[in-house]
Amino acid sequence: MKRIFGIETEYGIAFTQGEQRRLGPEEIARFLFRPVVDWGRSSNVFLPNGARLYLDVGSHPEYATAECDALPDLIAQDAAGDVLMTDLLARAQQALEADGLDGRAHLVKNNTDSAGNSYGAHENFLVRRTMDFTHLTSVLLPFLVTRQLLVGAGAIIPQGIAADLRPAESNRAIPHGAQTTAPPRPGGLVYGLSSRSDVMWEGVSSATTRSRPIINARDEPHADAEKYRRLHVIVGDSSMAQTTTELKVGSAALVLDLIETGVPIEDLSLQNPIRDIRAVARDLTGQHRLTLASGRSLTVIELLGIYLEHAARVVDAGDHCLGDDDSAARVIDLWTRMLQAVESGDLSAVDTEIDWVIKKKLVDRYLQRSEAGLADPRIARLDFAFHDLTPETGMFPKLQAAGLARRVCTPEEVSSAVENPPATTRAAIRGRFVAAAHEAGRDFTVDWVHLRLNDQMQRAVVLRDPFASENEQAEALIAGLDRPPSPYSA
Amino acid sequence: MSGQEQIRSNRKDGADPVDPVDPPVAGQAQQQVNTEAVDSILDDIDTVLESNAEEFVRNFVQKGGQ
Repeated sequence: MKRIFGIETEYGIAFTQGEQRRLGPEEIARFLFRPVVDWGRSSNVFLPNGARLYLDVGSHPEYATAECDALPDLIAQDAAGDVLMTDLLARAQQALEADGLDGRAHLVKNNTDSAGNSYGAHENFLVRRTMDFTHLTSVLLPFLVTRQLLVGAGAIIPQGIAADLRPAESNRAIPHGAQTTAPPRPGGLVYGLSSRSDVMWEGVSSATTRSRPIINARDEPHADAEKYRRLHVIVGDSSMAQTTTELKVGSAALVLDLIETGVPIEDLSLQNPIRDIRAVARDLTGQHRLTLASGRSLTVIELLGIYLEHAARVVDAGDHCLGDDDSAARVIDLWTRMLQAVESGDLSAVDTEIDWVIKKKLVDRYLQRSEAGLADPRIARLDFAFHDLTPETGMFPKLQAAGLARRVCTPEEVSSAVENPPATTRAAIRGRFVAAAHEAGRDFTVDWVHLRLNDQMQRAVVLRDPFASENEQAEALIAGLDRPPSPYSA
Repeated sequence: MSGQEQIRSNRKDGADPVDPVDPPVAGQAQQQVNTEAVDSILDDIDTVLESNAEEFVRNFVQKGGQ
């Protein structure tokens, strides 16, 4: 089975103040995107590697990977986004200094700021239109509610769950640290799996920020709409460890495979998924009991074990969509070891592979060394440092270098993905066009489906098949780039 | 930044393709090595945490995204 997948990451902007005035996120974003605007005359561009780079709602820089049909490509393309952002950050810092401003700009690949405002890491999966969407989401939803035990980023969250589950302040999680602007909750703070769980208010809907759902149902296929639709999963955390990204996307893709290949699976629908997602986030033992719509009761580990068993069979049958058997084997292996580790209470077997476990080790050790409590601002700062892309204050490259965070692809593969699109999808055509049109100094307009030269707007090339890495019209358009537009082209 | 002529490296490259790039540290010394490595990284970040944690955290506020 083949599938297209991609990841969109929104980054947070922070600032360490120097002697001079404080810069706000909007101002920093302008510095960050200066080279982008210079290159593409817009703060919303497609790059030669097929990805989209733009400034999203709330001044969040966003990187959306090119369409991938193999998991290793996706890991490399996603990591390439971090490299691009780090590069933009370095240039912004130079520009700040050149303008005589001190202080230090930060890009934080996390999902919550200090006030609990949330921003996302969205996963996109191409699914067949023939598939009944309601059935698909009903099988997928219990998995997504519990997946945070496998791949959560780790977060310091209030122990208590808000009794009121209405989306009154749905864009705001309860922050950690002392500087809270949100109402306090009883019970103090705990180290949990994900802060994102507290900003989820529905299972499936077409809202995004107001009443944020686990699955966004907005139907934008970016492909032949008769054949495909795009499944937009917005519950996930941004992942720092490549092994976490691999398990996060790989496990969800395998669950989609088992649905689409028609593997019979029992009804695992949850009676109250939104209540459960908050409870699961606060339970590091996987023993939280879920009540199914059928009345059956399962622990989180048991539920994830059922999905694992089915997913392993899909992989054994060679019917998976991950585009690479080694990746599929790794996904099943880490999924298995993760459940074993949580069940045994000994997380050391996965403590270089899963974000929440890696971060927990740092937080635990810091608490031990400093006698600080979880509410100490230094703990909040440590949490941000885990996700900080700024070379001087970010920890992740050091964790990787020390062997405390494992990688899936080599730095060379990541560097290659900064320049080059995945070779086996539509992104290859887009990347070639963008690079060639830019090289030829031609003005062009590109989106996920279309390629156009601005002086030949009526001759748009339409790429409806995301699996096709070649297209005759596109090749003709690229081949003609060096020639001035024909007077007869209209 | 032209990507036209380059071909992506084959993902099947590598000696033992099932393992991630960084192999796990084996043996009984792992835990000890781990703690030392964690301490070293915490030492590195300590100045940052001690110097401006509160100011940084208080000001890291941005509008939400999706």
